[in-house]
Amino acid sequence: METEDDLCHNNWGSSSSKSREPGSSDGGNQTFAGFTSQQKWEDASILDYEMGVEPTLQVFDEMKASGQANVDFLQGVRAQAWDPRTMLSNLSFMEQKIHQLQDLVHLLVGRGGQLQGRQDELAAQQQQLITTDLTSIIIQLISTAGSLLPSVKHNMSTAPGPYTGQPGSALFPYAREANNVASQSQNNNNCGGQEFDLPKPVVVDERESHVVEEHEMKDEDDAEEGENLPPGSYEILQLEKEEILAPHTHFCTICGKGFKRDANLRMHMRGHGDEYKTAAALAKPNKESVPGSEPMLIKRYSCPFLGCKRNKEHKKFQPLKTILCVKNHYKRTHCDKSFTCSRCHTKKFSVIADLKTHEKHCGKNKWLCSCGTTFSRKDKLFGHIALFQGHTPAIPLEETKTSASTSAQRGSSEGGNTNQGMVGFNLGSASNANQETAQPGMTDGKISFEEPFSPMNFDTCNFGGFHEFPRLMFDDSESSFQMLIANACGFSPRNVGESVSDTSL
Amino acid sequence: MKKVKQIRVLKPFDLLSEELVFIILDLISPNPSDLKSFSLTCKSFYQLESKHRRSLKPLRSDYLPRILTRYRNTTDLDLTFCPRVTDYALSVVGCLSGPTLRSLDLSRSGSFSAAGLLRLALKCVNLVEIDLSNATEMRDADAAVVAEARSLERLKLGRCKMLTDMGIGCIAVGCKKLNTVSLKWCVGVGDLGVGLLAVKCKDIRTLDLSYLPITGKCLHDILKLQHLEELLLEGCFGVDDDSLKSLRHDCKSLKKLDASSCQNLTHRGLTSLLSGAGYLQRLDLSHCSSVISLDFASSLKKVSALQSIRLDGCSVTPDGLKAIGTLCNSLKEVSLSKCVSVTDEGLSSLVMKLKDLRKLDITCCRKLSRVSITQIANSCPLLVSLKMESCSLVSREAFWLIGQKCRLLEELDLTDNEIDDEGLKSISSCLSLSSLKLGICLNITDKGLSYIGMGCSNLRELDLYRSVGITDVGISTIAQGCIHLETINISYCQDITDKSLVSLSKCSLLQTFESRGCPNITSQGLAAIAVRCKRLAKVDLKKCPSINDAGLLALAHFSQNLKQINVSDTAVTEVGLLSLANIGCLQNIAVVNSSGLRPSGVAAALLGCGGLRKAKLHASLRSLLPLSLIHHLEARGCAFLWKDNTLQAELDPKYWKQQLEEMAP
Repeated sequence: METEDDLCHNNWGSSSSKSREPGSSDGGNQTFAGFTSQQKWEDASILDYEMGVEPTLQVFDEMKASGQANVDFLQGVRAQAWDPRTMLSNLSFMEQKIHQLQDLVHLLVGRGGQLQGRQDELAAQQQQLITTDLTSIIIQLISTAGSLLPSVKHNMSTAPGPYTGQPGSALFPYAREANNVASQSQNNNNCGGQEFDLPKPVVVDERESHVVEEHEMKDEDDAEEGENLPPGSYEILQLEKEEILAPHTHFCTICGKGFKRDANLRMHMRGHGDEYKTAAALAKPNKESVPGSEPMLIKRYSCPFLGCKRNKEHKKFQPLKTILCVKNHYKRTHCDKSFTCSRCHTKKFSVIADLKTHEKHCGKNKWLCSCGTTFSRKDKLFGHIALFQGHTPAIPLEETKTSASTSAQRGSSEGGNTNQGMVGFNLGSASNANQETAQPGMTDGKISFEEPFSPMNFDTCNFGGFHEFPRLMFDDSESSFQMLIANACGFSPRNVGESVSDTSL
Repeated sequence: MKKVKQIRVLKPFDLLSEELVFIILDLISPNPSDLKSFSLTCKSFYQLESKHRRSLKPLRSDYLPRILTRYRNTTDLDLTFCPRVTDYALSVVGCLSGPTLRSLDLSRSGSFSAAGLLRLALKCVNLVEIDLSNATEMRDADAAVVAEARSLERLKLGRCKMLTDMGIGCIAVGCKKLNTVSLKWCVGVGDLGVGLLAVKCKDIRTLDLSYLPITGKCLHDILKLQHLEELLLEGCFGVDDDSLKSLRHDCKSLKKLDASSCQNLTHRGLTSLLSGAGYLQRLDLSHCSSVISLDFASSLKKVSALQSIRLDGCSVTPDGLKAIGTLCNSLKEVSLSKCVSVTDEGLSSLVMKLKDLRKLDITCCRKLSRVSITQIANSCPLLVSLKMESCSLVSREAFWLIGQKCRLLEELDLTDNEIDDEGLKSISSCLSLSSLKLGICLNITDKGLSYIGMGCSNLRELDLYRSVGITDVGISTIAQGCIHLETINISYCQDITDKSLVSLSKCSLLQTFESRGCPNITSQGLAAIAVRCKRLAKVDLKKCPSINDAGLLALAHFSQNLKQINVSDTAVTEVGLLSLANIGCLQNIAVVNSSGLRPSGVAAALLGCGGLRKAKLHASLRSLLPLSLIHHLEARGCAFLWKDNTLQAELDPKYWKQQLEEMAP
């Protein structure tokens, strides 16, 4: 018993979805060991039955604990594969549960509400569920739940299990709305609420858990590498390529119409009858895992692509955690990357969410310091520059190119610049100054400003039709000035030669 | 004896040392024509003058090679008259003036690029000041070039809209000696750039951040500057109370703070902004969003040494004004322009406390009455400037007191007031009055003006716009008495004739002459002014139908300093217009609705005026002028304004004012 307990605990702890608080695992174990909390739950529920809405929340917490216990329990069963001792304890647990159920059913019968028939039926179903063989129950549960898979769902709708016949009560659990005061009060109106928690319709719970997983897996995705579930401790599902790439994930159990969003499906369901029009049916399924339910086997997924590490035939098979992981994995690994980043036009993606994530950051690393360090955020760059002496923001090269003359000139004047990787950025001002002062223009007393300013540079600058200008009528045509213009226009062969050398620097 | 004489003849000014000549030149330099004739006297004078001159303001950038060759000691180069300064021109400046150049103004120039700036920055190693305002195409790469001018101390980058934090960051790192920076309207620059500037340039004294999208964040760094004296935050909508909440500073050097039009700043933010600025002297809170109440005034507790406060366009309560008067009783300047909610009670309680008040602006405070003016006159004997345009409730008797009590007045704006001749008589006792505005004062006549002419001999500016009681007699007394007159406006004084102009020609310092809508003045009168007023720079002759080409020919011949002329709705033809091309420094021409203008003539005139920056023409000419010509002129730096309004019949002045008052609330 002791070892059992540990094993179960471990299994549960490593595989259960993260939406469950770790604290509840203790509760679960406790329940499993001694059923004390189970008793408590029973009391509480009965107590709560007479009380208002507020305490029910606590009760649900308790029930969640018991639900955990169920999960634990089932996992233990699977892992140990028909260990009689476990079986025995399980059975005794079941037995106790049955007794409790019986009490409850008696209570229900005694109460005799207007929806009495349905209550009884549910209770009977629950009883039936527990008393049948555990394995078959689990399989049945999973198959009827339809999990996340459209195909399974279709099966479910075609082969009516004990629950699908009663979609109004089975598909839409009342207890799930625990935190929803409005629906809670409606439940109370209808049938006195609390009883519904016990015969938890498992079908819906699995659906709901799917929703939860879809939400949380978006981030996790393939990141469950180190999960290390022992082989066989989970059920392997493999979807076909067409299913993976199908755009819809929510299918109507009645007509089979597919939807991208569960909310749309729920709206659609209204067309199938009045029972779908209740507020509870239309309300958003609660994200919180539903208490007192989910005797669910861990599901893992296999990629349909043969030879893939995620394919179950692979020696080192690494299962995928959720259906969303499957989708993303398949698209990323085995499909064309058809989405191109609209900013850099180089990065391609097959999952649109990846593209969006990339586009958010594409080109963000553009904040450049003269020391060569890049920053994704401008304030970080400015913090860096404020901190260090001599560092200066570096203007991206594209912008420098727009004024082509700038980079050309700078390039020529900074031939000896030792800073690598920083083409076109001005750093070594001292060397510049030396170079400039050493130029012949100023040294030999004579004024020869034409010289350093080569016509070639003149051309590269944006002079926009200066030469077309007629000489203004006020201009004195002094010879020196004329010569100057001539030089500037590049008529002087000496200057042309110089300009070549200048630009070639 | 003969020998000595010979030496004298050869070198008559050998005895005069260079220093002495420079002192003489210093004294005559205010008048450019004197300098010109001095330098034309002889070769040595020419050389001395070339050596002496430090600042240049050339009319064409094409002349730069010659003038910079002549004036080798140029330290200040103002290129505001040159709309087109190419990289070549900048290169010329760099090569010729090189290390001597200290200041360069390119605020009105275009057509240069980073290449020219780089050449300038590397050649002019001692460049201390550069004004690159209005370089709207300037980008960060160009700013990085400016950062090469390591010795730069004063930098203006107004309206460089393409600049971002990166460019400013380059400048902040490169130009460590900066002490005056203007980034007004550099809307691409935010907290980061400004913050880095404050971190890197520790010597900053004046910082203009008007209309920048900054928040209070960068102010934390800015107010740590040890030498900061002026901080201008006009229209910084991002500066709000929340971002200033944690601001604790001790900026003792701060002397001037402009927080006008900071819509999101209330007294809480202001309190923290002023918390450490105990020595603040000037505060501008114009157009602030909150009411200047008692609460608001309490934020001024820390700045009791305040000398000047501007509250233009704010809504003020009497309590608030009273509290300001109590808290800051050393105020010398108060501006309440356009504060429509100012009442007699509030203003009286304010000025009562301000014995030292020198300047008061109560323009358009329409609720004020005689009570306020009496209080001002009684409690502020040192008043130098009083602007009270459109205080129309003030009765005429109130002005008698102003003249009696405020004898030191130099500037008086009485536009649109009820003042009469008696009031003018009283005001004429303000002997140092230099600017007097009497526009739309319908109660004044020649008699009143004669008092001014006799009393205020220092008058430099007189505005008689639409003061229709004025005739030639009044103007002649002014012209006789106020020989220093520089600016006169006699627009819409319909009784004015050429006689006035002839008498005004005695004022040889006249620079601005506006006579819009005077049907009786002719080219003869204009010629008289042109001949004798050599400094004439601005002439407005719109709607003077008797002005014709003869007047313009006279102007073209004599007024070589003319910069701006409006000859719309006159009898001017293209002949007159073409003659204006003779004036080298002409910048603005407005010729709308002048009949008899042929497109070819206009085209020739426009081409002739090489320094033209603005041309206001009739819209019909737009299609008649060759497109290539327009493009050419625009490339040369001339902006066109196409007007499409037809001449309206002039309204009766009384009716005009009545209409004006109906429009006013």
